[in-house]
Amino acid sequence: MNKELLKKSQSLIALFVLCLAISLLSDKFLTANNLWNVLRQISVNVCISVGMTLVVLTAGIDLSVGSVLAFTSAVCAGLLKNGIALESFDLFIGFTTLGGILAALLIGLLIGIFNGWVITRFSLPPFVVTLAMLTIARGATMLFTQGMPISNLGENFEFIGSGWFIGIPVPVWISLIVVLVGVFISKRTTFGRYIYAIGGNEKAAFLSGININSIKLAVYGIAGIMAAIGGILVSSRLNSAQPNAGTSYELDSIAAVVIGGTSLSGGIGSITGTVIGAIVIGVLNNGLVLLNVSPFWQQVVKGLVILLAVIIDQKSKKK
Amino acid sequence: MLKTINISKSFPGVKALNEVNLTFYPSKVNAILGENGAGKSTLLKILTGVYTDYEGEIVLNEKTVRFKNIKDAQKAGIAIIHQELNLIPALNIVENLFLGKEIHNSWGLLDTFKMTQITKDLLHKLELNISPTTLVENLKVGEQQLVEIAKALLADAQVILMDEPTSALSDKEIENLHRIIADLKKEGKTIVYISHKMDELFRIADTYMVMRDGNSIDAGEISQTTEQDLIRKMVGREVLIQKKQVSNNDKNTILSINNLTLSHHILKNQNLLDNISFDLKEGEILGIFGLMGAGRTELLQTIFGVNPAKSKGTVSINNQVVSIKAPKDAIKHGMAFVTEDRKTEGLVLGMNVASNISLTSLPENSLLNEKSEQRLAKEYISALAIKTPSAQQLCVNLSGGNQQKVVLAKWLATSPGILMLDEPTRGIDINAKNEIYEIIKKLAGEGKSIILVSSEIPELLALADRILVMAEGKIKAEFPADEANEDKLLKAAI
Repeated sequence: MNKELLKKSQSLIALFVLCLAISLLSDKFLTANNLWNVLRQISVNVCISVGMTLVVLTAGIDLSVGSVLAFTSAVCAGLLKNGIALESFDLFIGFTTLGGILAALLIGLLIGIFNGWVITRFSLPPFVVTLAMLTIARGATMLFTQGMPISNLGENFEFIGSGWFIGIPVPVWISLIVVLVGVFISKRTTFGRYIYAIGGNEKAAFLSGININSIKLAVYGIAGIMAAIGGILVSSRLNSAQPNAGTSYELDSIAAVVIGGTSLSGGIGSITGTVIGAIVIGVLNNGLVLLNVSPFWQQVVKGLVILLAVIIDQKSKKK
Repeated sequence: MLKTINISKSFPGVKALNEVNLTFYPSKVNAILGENGAGKSTLLKILTGVYTDYEGEIVLNEKTVRFKNIKDAQKAGIAIIHQELNLIPALNIVENLFLGKEIHNSWGLLDTFKMTQITKDLLHKLELNISPTTLVENLKVGEQQLVEIAKALLADAQVILMDEPTSALSDKEIENLHRIIADLKKEGKTIVYISHKMDELFRIADTYMVMRDGNSIDAGEISQTTEQDLIRKMVGREVLIQKKQVSNNDKNTILSINNLTLSHHILKNQNLLDNISFDLKEGEILGIFGLMGAGRTELLQTIFGVNPAKSKGTVSINNQVVSIKAPKDAIKHGMAFVTEDRKTEGLVLGMNVASNISLTSLPENSLLNEKSEQRLAKEYISALAIKTPSAQQLCVNLSGGNQQKVVLAKWLATSPGILMLDEPTRGIDINAKNEIYEIIKKLAGEGKSIILVSSEIPELLALADRILVMAEGKIKAEFPADEANEDKLLKAAI
């Protein structure tokens, strides 16, 4: 407990120092407009990373989230725009905004469960399985959209990504709810405890009578749903589903998890830590833009920060 | 000459070695005696550069040495043949022998021919008639041990440490090994020999050193002592375990195993367990003795549903055949399994005491109830006298004995009727051992049926009502407690 707190305060201090430095260098950083903007931008990564944290806590990884994000948002947009037309039955099914969203979440869940099933059924490394899914889902997105964006998805849908509710952007509300649910699941349920146990010592967990496979299935399923939520946020913000949306989002997500102090070997970490990690990345991105750093340098700096976080994590583990 | 001067080593919660002074002479077989947990393994790890943070000095040939790592110790001419084999199963004998010291030809490529020739000579010297290119995973345990010995010979070590090298060897292989040891002695090498087999020590050892609870107790010429004398020094406490009252045989049969067979994961015609059948009665402690590789752990694992795909045979509880496809099912039928290795199988070390204890008994698909978890943890911390600052302490910070008690607690929390204990006192200190013996006796008194697997004969003799002896995946003998003794058990196990 104490260790976790210490780790969290470490990353909180890092975040604070980062904010301080940027606000000293740029007077645009500490404005309400900019801060809301940062929060809105990170909401997608926060949602994905909540799922990713659960996966990483089981000592797994999900590289497919970016592609799943694209596929679910494409399907959602396609359904909203065109519905399903079954010509041979002379049937047409139209989708309300809610219907389209539920369909996207369902597809995300199914893809995630499929990932989990392949991983557990054939005892394959999650890295390889989800790497394959990264390609498959991206290809499926291209097939579904024919490589073209699907735009004009309706005002209701657009509201999700761009609207405000009680003075706070809707995506921020959504990511807040996702985080609260994630914290609740991981800390207050038997399921959450089993996630930590599996990552901490899978053999001991198995011998303790825990059904490892079903827990993993559920965890990858949740990661799929979270990617779908990310997909809805991205496409509703743009009012358009882009076939190349979410490219390399899995890396930002893993970075948030790692910077937040979750161990890639599983069993140790927390969703609140991940949220801090996601904010660090968001603030860093924002700060580098405000300071007119070239986008190429931005990537280098981001990479260095991740490296630093992992080194500090490793050092504190040895003590 | 190899000497240790006042060597001490502590682990969190345990002092493993306490100012140990030992001397090992060249051209002699120097035997170290001591029970499990006496500190022999720790000492070997210091001598071979595995543990580098110790107090005291190692003196090799009049010079103080301090090994920075394993390679350092090897360079100084110290080789070890481990009790647990250290070979890579997927590589062949040549590749294993030359691992890290490969011979290259003038092109800088591996000189496989030369390495194979050298291996052939070594295997010939050890009278091991197998091809040097055989994969290690296809060798018998005894053959693998000889490959380990070949590795030490290849390194041309001056000091060869042998940690129970014969525990898995056949009579002929043991004879062979003793002949090789005699040759090595003639070549002036220092042999350090650890074995639990007394007759063997009296046959080949020249000097003895007795260790107990991390201390060096006594040393001398083996010809000047007797078996009884040595055992007395090793145990140092003849009434260590109060013998349990043997329970009646007319109790109900709780668990019945019929023709349990477990096939090898690679070799199809080799069974790890072969037609095992036995009964366990209510309130009985059934001891199972066997040497390393006899199939004891596999037996418990298979009963517990760890290997459902590769096993045959039936398990009956209260005369009803039950289907156990996973540990989950076994737990539902009132079974508990205290595994041999608490670190890799028993505990989630990074979780706290309370979470580990409750892990087996959390309500499925529900919310956690922190209060009831705390209550459960407190109950067992006091019932088993677990020494921990609080229930929030991470298990990794507890001593071995207290970790073992947490493992016991997490299984007792499931209120099992059948308790399977696999080496429950391995590597923990004497006090914790005695406490665990008392717990086991108390549980049997409460009517729980217990299977106790152990390689410590005194433990079995004191606790068990009946002892089965296993070897090569079979049950070789069965003794009622009052008819069993060390000789009989060892004889049946080899």
